[in-house]
Amino acid sequence: MAVLLDCARYFSPLIEETPPDTVVFDIRGLRAIHGTTEQIAQKIWLRVGIPANLAIASNPDAAIHAARGIKGKIIIAQGQEASALAGLPLNLLGGSPEFAETLDLWGLRTFGEFAALPSMGVAARLGDEGVAMQRLARGEGDRLLKVVKDPLEFREEMEPECTLDLAESVLLLAGRMLNDICARLTRQSLATNEIHLRLKLERAPEYRMVLRLPVAMLDAKVFLKLLQLQLNQRPPEAPVEKLFLELKPVKVRTTQHDLFLPASPEPEKLEITLSRIREMVGPENLGAPVLVDTHRPDSFLMGSLAKRKVHNPPPQLKLVMRRFRPPVRAQVWCSPRGEPARIVSSKIEGRVIACAGPWAGSGGWWEDHPWDRAEWDVEITSGDLLRIHRNVRTGIWAIESSYD
Amino acid sequence: MERVGPSIDFTSTIGEDKANMVVAAVFPASSLSRKQSEILGSILQGIPRGALTEIAGPASSGRTSFLCALLAEATAGEEFCALIDVEDRFDPSSAAASGARLSQILWVRCGGNAEHALKAADLLASAGGFGLVAIDLADTPAKISRRIPLAAWFRLRHAVENTRTALVSVGACVHASSCSALKIELRRNRAIWRGCRLLDGFETIATRVENHRPAKNTLRLAR
Repeated sequence: MAVLLDCARYFSPLIEETPPDTVVFDIRGLRAIHGTTEQIAQKIWLRVGIPANLAIASNPDAAIHAARGIKGKIIIAQGQEASALAGLPLNLLGGSPEFAETLDLWGLRTFGEFAALPSMGVAARLGDEGVAMQRLARGEGDRLLKVVKDPLEFREEMEPECTLDLAESVLLLAGRMLNDICARLTRQSLATNEIHLRLKLERAPEYRMVLRLPVAMLDAKVFLKLLQLQLNQRPPEAPVEKLFLELKPVKVRTTQHDLFLPASPEPEKLEITLSRIREMVGPENLGAPVLVDTHRPDSFLMGSLAKRKVHNPPPQLKLVMRRFRPPVRAQVWCSPRGEPARIVSSKIEGRVIACAGPWAGSGGWWEDHPWDRAEWDVEITSGDLLRIHRNVRTGIWAIESSYD
Repeated sequence: MERVGPSIDFTSTIGEDKANMVVAAVFPASSLSRKQSEILGSILQGIPRGALTEIAGPASSGRTSFLCALLAEATAGEEFCALIDVEDRFDPSSAAASGARLSQILWVRCGGNAEHALKAADLLASAGGFGLVAIDLADTPAKISRRIPLAAWFRLRHAVENTRTALVSVGACVHASSCSALKIELRRNRAIWRGCRLLDGFETIATRVENHRPAKNTLRLAR
């Protein structure tokens, strides 16, 4: 059945599974792709790959009966169903055991014999079931296909014949698995934004990797590249015995481009670029800064690149700071008035020419690391304009930032 | 050399939100002469796309303020920007006060590794889609920044040629020599103190030097 289903999926998404051994699919609309009905039949015949019967008819039931009863390949033209099915034995028709017994008692053996009976008589003696069965015997079914829905699980697992030592071998198998899963996603008009890779290792804990993509994508080559970059960064610690790969399905990304807005980086290309940069600088050092809602100086998080609608002041030229991370400890000599007079540190030193302050700042007294400082803006002989602060609790001076 | 002058007045006040210690250098239009406003506008909007621009000057000369103004202009135009911060000195809160949309700025913190910074710049310039790619070498020691080969700058310039990406380098001195299409050299004139309790800002002199371009060309961000 799996082979039949696979063959059917190649041609059509509208597939009905009729156990135990029959698959029915709709070939309407394939003329533009595969040609005439005869050509379509020939292509299906070649693709199925195993000994099977193929029947093409104008309705599903006629096709099912023909495929089950007639060996080889048959194409039933519309209107010719009755004559094509006439010779089939009645045991292929189906129906309740009582119905089959009745027909047997009447001495009927073929579709044609049953189809030839007067309809009124069949209705009077066999009821609705008899009427329905006679229509099927005449090849007159007009029902719709009960379409098989693929379960929305897109995962593959593969156990190679021998353990894999090299990352290239793992990636080779992962590439094949990705191609299969992406093909299934394409058939369902879906994409993915999350890739899960699990590797069963030889005598080591299982290796797990989760790749979360910023947008829904469906490009097996991009996914393979991202997996490669991740494996380079964090290779498995033992040979690989088995691979498990799963892609979480999501709706395909739809973007409406605007003629008047500038282009933005392509998500697929950007994700690969960011992966390469992450490999160099570390994931914690790459991203879009997000200010934290606190008064603590230099508080931010690293988020993801996106256009967000927030209130922003208009662009303007303002005096900005350059932060020292961490603040540079300094020795500061003060004048009798308590103003900084000289600063010496590992990075900057000089005599203070002018200063302004102190400005007190404190907060976070309810947290583990409160801050309490006196801040000064100073200009020193080297030309730097600095912000320095003295920790009120410890008395330690530090250079926090420079104005530039 | 074309001097953009006589001088640009950075006026700052300690911002409205004092507790955040955001230094808001308010540049009240009324305090500027009309010519200075035009000059300022021409500097911010005259950075060429598809070419390398260098902003150079000593510490506390206004380089980072110019860079943040460029970031603000680019992000206000719905563009994404990339900032390769070699020494991890970028202050997001100051940039936000300048109007930069932080969610559209990709910040690469290189931890002092200039080689990583150049590689990241190359990758981002080649990836495309960014309106501005800036490399901040302002605090990189001179012995390291001077060792960056000229070929690296040419490679970066080549990566953005014929694209809409403006490549900007900020440093203590010019590095790329003939490779850059535009150089803006800054020198602080004087700091402005209000009494003994407030740093108002400083005056800086911006000198614009353009290579291979007629002197009359105005600074512009090509759209």
